[in-house]
Amino acid sequence: MSRPFTPKVVTANALLEGNVVYLTAEDSWTGQMCMAELLTDEAHAQLRLLDAEQRSNEVDGVYLAEVKDGPNGPEPTHFREDFRRRGPSNYAHGKQEVQVHV
Amino acid sequence: MYKYSDFDASFVAERNAQFRQQVARRISGALTEDEFKPLRLMNGLYLQLHAYMLRVAVPYGTLNSRQMNKLADIADQYDKGYGHFTTRQNIQFNWPKLSDVPDILDDLATVQMHAIQTSGNCIRNVTADHFAGAAADEVADPRPVAELIRQWSTDHPEFQFMPRKFKIAITGSANDRAVIKAHDIGLRIIEQNGEEGFEVLVGGGLGRTPMIGKVLRSFLPKADLLPYLEATVSAWNQIGRRDNKYKARIKITVHELGIEAIRDRIEKRFAEVRPTFSGVDQDMLIDIEQAFAAPAFASRPVEAYETAYRRDPVFRSWADTNLSPHQAEGHSIVTISLKAHGQTPGDATSEQMRVMASLAERFGYDELRVSHEQNVILPHVHMADLPQIHSELKQAGLATANIGLISDIIACPGMDYCALATARSIPVAQQIATRFDELNLEHEIGELKIKISGCINACGHHHVGHIGILGLDRAGVENYQITLGGDASETAAIGERAGPGFAYDEIVPAVERLIYTYLELRKDHDETFLQVYRRLGNVPFKAALYPEVKAHAA
Repeated sequence: MSRPFTPKVVTANALLEGNVVYLTAEDSWTGQMCMAELLTDEAHAQLRLLDAEQRSNEVDGVYLAEVKDGPNGPEPTHFREDFRRRGPSNYAHGKQEVQVHV
Repeated sequence: MYKYSDFDASFVAERNAQFRQQVARRISGALTEDEFKPLRLMNGLYLQLHAYMLRVAVPYGTLNSRQMNKLADIADQYDKGYGHFTTRQNIQFNWPKLSDVPDILDDLATVQMHAIQTSGNCIRNVTADHFAGAAADEVADPRPVAELIRQWSTDHPEFQFMPRKFKIAITGSANDRAVIKAHDIGLRIIEQNGEEGFEVLVGGGLGRTPMIGKVLRSFLPKADLLPYLEATVSAWNQIGRRDNKYKARIKITVHELGIEAIRDRIEKRFAEVRPTFSGVDQDMLIDIEQAFAAPAFASRPVEAYETAYRRDPVFRSWADTNLSPHQAEGHSIVTISLKAHGQTPGDATSEQMRVMASLAERFGYDELRVSHEQNVILPHVHMADLPQIHSELKQAGLATANIGLISDIIACPGMDYCALATARSIPVAQQIATRFDELNLEHEIGELKIKISGCINACGHHHVGHIGILGLDRAGVENYQITLGGDASETAAIGERAGPGFAYDEIVPAVERLIYTYLELRKDHDETFLQVYRRLGNVPFKAALYPEVKAHAA
């Protein structure tokens, strides 16, 4: 028997800057995982992945990332996705920098 | 220093122009990701965890002040004001925008630098002893040969579709500072009966299956080098495994076939290749050698050094750890530590790069080196200038006196940047350095090499660290394996795995237990960690790492 489907988000790196982005339910890309569309149905997730892969002039390296549903939206279940969501730990660069300015 | 010929300059310019168009086509959507990826990798451009990363070659680790200043300008203009010196004499920029990369490459070309063959299945940037041309123990400067190999290997038509990447390192000294035994081919310049030639090693490498290189030829005449290299890469290119990337490197071919069988194949191929070399390569080498002629070393008193050494304990401590013997009288080799306690190993800010460039220009015959140990070197410094140099380095946060000590850690970027990583390395290095600085034990411990990799590919050379640390993903949690007794020098050895791994917050205490055990067990202050390990084996160290196991057994 196949394993039950666990929640996912579509993620990728933006083509021009390489920054981590997530696909929203409105078909836009967001830098914040919590704003991403939470995919709980496997067939729908595969469709969304295919949709995203068609947008290769916007992003690189599209895949489905494992998440869980949190109070503010999707949250990572694995530390790699947590680092992708946050940025490097040695400098407040990447997304951390953006958050400082906002 | 070597200066680009017209051919070199136009080759790089043409490649940059091609890449500019390729980037434009990718951005316009004319090229897909799959089509573009091999093109960007050919030009050293990776897509990492949070951004693109551009890996720029520092061929055989040699830079002049103009080049270092240009790297600083690039860091400011296109990146976040710093660069990361790697474990293979490259510099990486961690945050370039795709659309800026063609401009960066053009800027690099103005100072004769490029990012060609820093990625992909090609012959990579040839690395050399970072003390080349300066070390007191040197038979000959390996850089002219390294440059010759660079020219031969760049865009070599036979080697455009190889089973995997191919790395060559060269040293001119018996003391191996270039880790030649952990390269696909390692070369050591030697003299036999008054004739200069090479000891050729093959099949070394780290990564998933670490191997120490084996002697392929104990003496190769100098003029045979390129045809012999060509024969070696050619023989492997024919039979290297393309079915499995983990078995594709020449170390596996050598391991599976045995050194005798691979040698037979190489010698057979060499017999075919040798006659095709007319000797023009040797004529070129003579020109290249002239470009690397040693500077006219000044002869003047060194009293200023002696006085500072006597009077200033901070200077003395730095001089004791960061200087190495130079071949010219009154001179010294300065290693500038990029390992300030708590900082990221190998990172230099643009301002620090400019300080180092300025020191090289004013006091160092305009030469700089970068080492695979992620430090920067002023290879030729008159000792009378050392107090001034030290003072300027101190102001720039570059005077850490820790070369060869516990905080002089090699660490790959790990999961803070690298898309391949399975765990972080940088914070582990930062914490170890900070911890032993707090304990004020660093100088008491003496020579100790800790090397940290954030995945099995071993960019952080953990297998050859006296203490090696490998970060892994164990059931969704960062976990760190320790290897002991590795050695990157001429007595190279692969470290032995100590046992089960440690959690992220357990790894620094585990290292601390190893160090206290060493301090208890050493005969005297001069017996190094590695010597104690070799004398006593792993038993006392394993007992220190896993006290609960010992208690259970008792």
